[in-house]
Amino acid sequence: MKNFTGKTLRWEWREGVIDLTLDQEPANEIGTAMLAELEEFVATFGVIAPETSVCIITSARKSVFSAGADLRELYHGAAALPEKERLAGVRDFLERIHAVLNVIDAAPFVTIAAVHGVCFGGGLELALACDIIVADKMARFAFPELRLGLIPGFGGIPRLKRDLGNAFVRDLLFTGRTVNATRAQAVGLVAQLAGEGEALRIARSTAAQITKFDAVARAAAKKFIKPIPHDELRREIDLFCELFTRPAVMAALKKFVEGSGPMPYLP
Amino acid sequence: MRTLQQTTQEVLDLAAKHFNVPVGSLVPEDDFFKKLGIDSLQTLEMLSRLENHFGIELPDYEVQGVSDFKTLAERIQSRL
Repeated sequence: MKNFTGKTLRWEWREGVIDLTLDQEPANEIGTAMLAELEEFVATFGVIAPETSVCIITSARKSVFSAGADLRELYHGAAALPEKERLAGVRDFLERIHAVLNVIDAAPFVTIAAVHGVCFGGGLELALACDIIVADKMARFAFPELRLGLIPGFGGIPRLKRDLGNAFVRDLLFTGRTVNATRAQAVGLVAQLAGEGEALRIARSTAAQITKFDAVARAAAKKFIKPIPHDELRREIDLFCELFTRPAVMAALKKFVEGSGPMPYLP
Repeated sequence: MRTLQQTTQEVLDLAAKHFNVPVGSLVPEDDFFKKLGIDSLQTLEMLSRLENHFGIELPDYEVQGVSDFKTLAERIQSRL
């Protein structure tokens, strides 16, 4: 399926480049609906890969790439279940999103995240599964999970560590702060910095360059340089689940969901 | 190096431009959440704009609870 329009995202294949556009109100939160459509998307890879050079992941939402996991859905879903059953649902969701991101990570074509605005938590983890991040200079990145008593659960720590090393991971994790695109480029998270509103154009221009090169060599180079940290990703799921069972986490989620502070995208 | 007064004026000018209000309509003591009616995304945009303009990083935890231009300018000044 080369073209698709769903409830939370759409994709369009054109001359070897496939655009995946996230488009879910209000801030491209990744919940069960977006996960299901992402699963449909990666299921097409086997068919489209031979004639695809680049995938660009972008957002149709103003000022947002993705605010991350759908914490409201997570909280309400967990709160509706008896305590003993909560963990199974969370683990199942994590297993599924990890499977999707592992496929994106290992795609036999080049993946580019064209990021503008907020790129937090699960949104950053989606971008980190890509090969190249092109960011609008107004983009901001964060791992705010420790504010909730959790760790990033979509593979963020192993992937950020793979790309940048531990020091920046610790800064982001332990402070929960947001960093701007200039800083993100300085530490190597962002490959290319774009002017305001120019990230997608620059991603397309980059894609046009990438398509010129030999597909076999490109896929071999990617496999060589970008190993997936499977063991750490497994341990991340276990640690997330272990932390999630604590009452403090449900209390923090409740506070976030019911809060009306000036920065609701930061728990 | 900028003085605090210069920094404050630049913050006011940037905010006025970003939120499309007359430059003279903002004063240092204004509560920007109330005066400009901005939401969380706009707050983050403003933070990015300020960081880009002054060439600094302003961690969220340093501006958490700050709601007036004067205090915001002081936080920026301490990073210049």
